[in-house]
Amino acid sequence: MSLIKSSLARKYVMALSGLFLVIFLLLHVTINLASVLSPDFFNEASHFMGYNPLIQFLMQPILIIGVIVHFVMGFVLEIQNKKARGIGYVKYNGSANAPWVSRNMIYSGLVVLAFLALHFYDFWVHEMAYKYVEANPEDPTRYYHETVEKFAPIWRTVLYVIAFVLLGLHLWHGFASSFQSMGVNNKYTPNIKRCAKTFAVVVPLLFAFIAIYHHLNPITH
Amino acid sequence: MVDGKPNNEQQTTNNYITMKLYLKIWRQKDASSPGKIVDYTLDGVEGDMSFLEMLDILNEELVSKGEEPVEFDHDCREGICGTCSLQINGEPHGPDRLVTTCQLHMRKFNDGDTIVIEPFRANAFPVIKDLIVDRSAFDRIQQAGGYISVNTSGNTVDANCIPINKHDADEAMDAATCIGCGACVAACKNASAMLFTSAKVSQFALLPQGRIEAVERVQNMVRQMDLEGFGNCTNTGACEVECPKGISLTNIARMNREYLSASLKG
Repeated sequence: MSLIKSSLARKYVMALSGLFLVIFLLLHVTINLASVLSPDFFNEASHFMGYNPLIQFLMQPILIIGVIVHFVMGFVLEIQNKKARGIGYVKYNGSANAPWVSRNMIYSGLVVLAFLALHFYDFWVHEMAYKYVEANPEDPTRYYHETVEKFAPIWRTVLYVIAFVLLGLHLWHGFASSFQSMGVNNKYTPNIKRCAKTFAVVVPLLFAFIAIYHHLNPITH
Repeated sequence: MVDGKPNNEQQTTNNYITMKLYLKIWRQKDASSPGKIVDYTLDGVEGDMSFLEMLDILNEELVSKGEEPVEFDHDCREGICGTCSLQINGEPHGPDRLVTTCQLHMRKFNDGDTIVIEPFRANAFPVIKDLIVDRSAFDRIQQAGGYISVNTSGNTVDANCIPINKHDADEAMDAATCIGCGACVAACKNASAMLFTSAKVSQFALLPQGRIEAVERVQNMVRQMDLEGFGNCTNTGACEVECPKGISLTNIARMNREYLSASLKG
């Protein structure tokens, strides 16, 4: 019971849900890369993800729960942390002892949350409507075209790229930090930090590259 | 010395040429009264004065004018007791590293500087008066488990009879150098006390005598820390940077491991 109520348990929840989302990001960027390298493989992978019952009815709900838990716990922590210092400092030199990204996770997180709303509207809501509301038949060849067409408007491409930059900042602190929260701080920590920060740069860059690539290479009918 | 002159001319100049400082100090009559920043101008400050001696000079001036002196915590003035505090220009114990306020010297400032001096801020550290805060929350965390139970009824075993790995002994000693000043809480954007609590957990967790009560200790100390109303740790690392004793974040990771393992054991 103490594990549920304590401040350390909240750290574990943030860390584990964050690590879970990191694994999801790796899977997501891998499939997205296929849309640049091999449209056929991208269609195949997307169709598998969209119709495999294990992914649709087990992995997808787990992912959504993971996202909700991470965000809700993030807000709960932020509110509690603000309450812990009722009267603030007249002068607080935060940059003297901690990097900006680590002090502003709530803001980078909020941008990613706003992006997720747009992203769900763009792809997930459309997919649910296609499959369950309109009850269209399966079409394993539609995904590539649908994805590329989404990036035709410049505004959407720009918004996605901005969100990926903020995602990168969020991961820059969050990924490495999750190991510390789980109690991992040993001789491997410098290497863990290097890997986590590399991931925080490379993965959002790849996402941004894919969005820009599709914007610059529209499908000509 | 070069040509009979000191190498570090700037430092010598700051030591012996006096400074005029503009101080913005938090004044608060008592715990229930609202406080405010009050401006003071202090002339004749020397570089080799400590920060607290500078405040002593200010207080002498205030007393001679019949005004109430600025109340601040201090005791050993040697950087070992953990009594002095003060948030100086937005940092606990000021801009210098690995020193307490009593060991901060005025040579770190320049003539004409404005210095903002505030109490450590946290709901768990309520202001008693001016710059003095009540840090008894730390005492209660310590009392919740920061000890080992030893039978002292006449047959006490010498601690040195138990062989201890040097690495563990060194890490335990490093953790034990925490003086409980509260700078970690003051620096943390969340007013979290995890660095303090983890140092107090670690100094026992690493030693065989401390393992006997390890499960209850970490659970009880974390529970008390939460009850006191400190914030959560978000791993910004500000506490480690500002700690005058250089307590490492590895202690927080160790506490996280200890707590997880203790909770899983029930």
